[in-house]
Amino acid sequence: MTPAVVMLLCATAFLGTAILAILAARSDRATQVIYGTSLVVSSIAVATALVQLVAAISPTSASTLTLPLGLPWLGAHFRLDALAAFFLVVINFGGALASLYGLGYGHHEHAPQRVLPFFPAFLAGMNLVVLADDAFTFLLSWEFMSLASWALVMAHHRAAGNRNAGYLYIVMASFGTLALLLAFGLLAGPEGSYDFAVMRATEQTSSTAGIVLVLLLLGAGSKAGLVPLHVWLPLAHPAAPSHVSALMSGVMTKVAVYGFIRVVFDLLGTPAAWSSVVVLLFGGATAVLGILHALMEKDLKRLLAYSTIENIGVIFVSLGLALAFAANGMGLAAALALTAALFHVLNHSFFKSLLFFGAGAVLVATGERDMEKLGGLIHRMPFTSFAFLVGCVAISALPPLNGFASEWLAFQAVLQSPELPQWGLKIIIPAIGGLLALSAALTAACFVKAFGVTFLGRPRTLVAGQAREVDRLSLAAMFVLAALCLLAGILPGIVMDGLAPVTLSLIGARMPVQMGVPWLSIVPITETRSSYNGLLVFLFTAFSASLTAYLVHRFASRALRRAPAWDCGFPEADPATQYTAGSFAQPIRRVFGTLAFQARERVDMPAPGDLRPARLAVVSRDLIWDGLYVPIAGAVGFIAEKLNHLQFLTIRRYLSLVFLALVVLLLVLALWS
Amino acid sequence: MVVISALLVQAVQMVTVVLLAPLLTGFIRKVKSRLLRRQGPSVIQPYRDILRLLRKEVVLAENASWLFRVTPYVIFAVTWVAAAIIPTFATGLMFSWTADLIAIIALLGSGRFFLALAGMDVGTSFGGIGSSREVMIATLAEPAMLLIIFTLALVAGSTQLSTIAAFMTSPQVGLRVSLGIALIALIMVAIAENARIPVDNPATHLELTMVHEAMVLEYSGRHLAMIELAASLKLQLYISLIACMFVPWKLAVLEAGLAAYLVGLLAYLAKLAVGGTLLALFETATAKMRIFRVPEFLGAALMLGLLATLLLFVSRSL
Repeated sequence: MTPAVVMLLCATAFLGTAILAILAARSDRATQVIYGTSLVVSSIAVATALVQLVAAISPTSASTLTLPLGLPWLGAHFRLDALAAFFLVVINFGGALASLYGLGYGHHEHAPQRVLPFFPAFLAGMNLVVLADDAFTFLLSWEFMSLASWALVMAHHRAAGNRNAGYLYIVMASFGTLALLLAFGLLAGPEGSYDFAVMRATEQTSSTAGIVLVLLLLGAGSKAGLVPLHVWLPLAHPAAPSHVSALMSGVMTKVAVYGFIRVVFDLLGTPAAWSSVVVLLFGGATAVLGILHALMEKDLKRLLAYSTIENIGVIFVSLGLALAFAANGMGLAAALALTAALFHVLNHSFFKSLLFFGAGAVLVATGERDMEKLGGLIHRMPFTSFAFLVGCVAISALPPLNGFASEWLAFQAVLQSPELPQWGLKIIIPAIGGLLALSAALTAACFVKAFGVTFLGRPRTLVAGQAREVDRLSLAAMFVLAALCLLAGILPGIVMDGLAPVTLSLIGARMPVQMGVPWLSIVPITETRSSYNGLLVFLFTAFSASLTAYLVHRFASRALRRAPAWDCGFPEADPATQYTAGSFAQPIRRVFGTLAFQARERVDMPAPGDLRPARLAVVSRDLIWDGLYVPIAGAVGFIAEKLNHLQFLTIRRYLSLVFLALVVLLLVLALWS
Repeated sequence: MVVISALLVQAVQMVTVVLLAPLLTGFIRKVKSRLLRRQGPSVIQPYRDILRLLRKEVVLAENASWLFRVTPYVIFAVTWVAAAIIPTFATGLMFSWTADLIAIIALLGSGRFFLALAGMDVGTSFGGIGSSREVMIATLAEPAMLLIIFTLALVAGSTQLSTIAAFMTSPQVGLRVSLGIALIALIMVAIAENARIPVDNPATHLELTMVHEAMVLEYSGRHLAMIELAASLKLQLYISLIACMFVPWKLAVLEAGLAAYLVGLLAYLAKLAVGGTLLALFETATAKMRIFRVPEFLGAALMLGLLATLLLFVSRSL
């Protein structure tokens, strides 16, 4: 059996599980059976994809398979190469851990028949997108993935706002697929060759390549959450059950990144230099705007969804850098940037899944997503809060965890930019590097807020004060991910070497072998230029911290007394006096929000003697929603209103309309030729 | 033999930075007092403070979690590791390749992350105010710092501190506008990072004007000692950083012999004294600014950093 056959069998097994779930959803053991099966199948898929990625004979070798399905003259083509193998690892690893988490979390689902059938179907859809090797199979699987995830978003359709989220999601998903359809139509050319192998062999004209890139940014970008196509994401991702949110944020956005890489790096051939400018600008804007939105958010799951947008921006910035270097034939630098992007894809799937699992645990324990009603959970849920803390440190790009390793590589790629010949790129790239640093710093602020308000301090409500730790399976899923965040952070060389086949097959260059470097450092170019050793940083920090703590306790003092908080002599018993999510973000809102959201504060201070309470009102606007989506929705509504009376015509008028349309079409045809 | 001497130099560096840090703080306080025509406490007063704090019992708020108790050691450890990698009297330290300049700054960011969390742990309003302001300052200081690093890396072709220092001592560096701008921006960032006047006042007793001190308000005893030591260490770290990149004179190279190391050490002490005196002069001559003036101050540093980088893209010799 070739690896491609195994992967297809896994996808079929997911589909079979979905059908089983439809039949048996109401039985008591359905939750265990479905998530257990998904766990086993995803584990097999991860193993197969890993073997294909690491142990392939040559990096460009691929395992292919054609089935007599789909279009009669085309068949369904499947292909498992290095790029697909890497993304299959990400997808199925996320799937395996979401299943493990679901084994525990799924028991709290009040309507399991709305979740269980679609969960394996969603996994099958994502696997098939990555395996597809012709446009027809790709689009079919893409649409299947969208619909399955839409069903999961609508699982709790009675909750306020969820139907609206589902509606917006399906509109944006359809729009994205339309853009992809047009892109593949252009790539297929006049002969209509939908096979990826043919597209790969054809050299596209620069205008076609340009249009395809823009369509890809619209199609894949709308699924990934690229600004300004992100509006559905922070509504839809949190609406789903938490393990599905983790899959959507941590994994499905990566499928969109895969689609972009597959077309732009693989099918389009050598990119044009200007195309990288577009990608860089969109990436930079996405990173900063995404995290600013996250900072203003009070809902824990929506905060995480907005932070996904930021990470997608970071990934697209690295992809843009890779495009810029590849367009100028700088193989090593392009490999560095592409490795940074793919490494961040992997890292984000780790820590975002972890954080969504943590948010799900909080939701189970308290029934709250609103951070203003939480607090003090570190005492009630010690294990969840520890795992969540690891995720927060990792996503904030702080050493020695994994988020920093990929950001560091991205910065090293930025530093390669002076070699570029184009002036525009030379000037844009340092500015984008600044934006990358800004978004990293804002992320740290955002996750200090997320962790501090949710887990630290005193409980703000009764439910938060009575929270209970979640079940062991959920905790196991979180701790596996936390351990991987640490491992990928202290041994980044292994991941970078594992990614070498992907960069070799896409741009024909790879980074130097990292595993041979003494002490397991990573050295992107040369050691005198830059190097980083996460392992030693971790060991030194852990060692000096424990040594200091030991010495202090041994020789100085170990006495400890509990007392009321000092708070400058005015401790206030009411937990409402604590800083909230809103007040924590206030300084940043004043600095950045006045520009980004036109945030204004209005203070209503009653005159002395007046018994009215003083009020502070903050008004902020989502400029993209107001500036782009509201006018479009208005225009659609206006046209629909105007066309409405076409519904109520007599048969005579309909016939004359048909006749008129025919005449117009014939006229157009006559004028065209 | 080479390994042993390299290890020895590394060990000396690690011990030196911790031992010298309180002295620098005491020295700055002394100079400031003398400038205000006060006698001021002795320069070794910070040592006495830290020793006294270490011996006292910890009074822990009832609501404090394990995070609150672990944080002082984490902050001290990351600052110490970062300070041990920056060349002070000699370059080519044994573990200098462990972290380049970007990683060192990020490591300090880890310390700040935990301190900001500790500020929120007890659930008092002063802790929250300190944390929220600290992260606001950091969101501007970190990108500014990174642009400064870009400038230096573009000039020296490396983010490795030893390589940058070696480049700066070589004759090819010359006088560059971009480096001058980067130096100004770096000083501004260093002032903000170390909570010095005009961004924050380390000696204030008015709660509402504090940032760093508000975050650590609930700390006492040995925990407070670790945090104070880490703060001194961080101040010294930034002065060492500026010294090693912009005035790398008399830095001993690897295998240079005992005499060169001693000269390097003396030069380092002189650099610290000059840096401390300049800081004290600057602090005496300025007033603390309003908290929402800080973004403008740091925004200027950010723009200077960007300007310095862009100048280098216009011409590599600027």
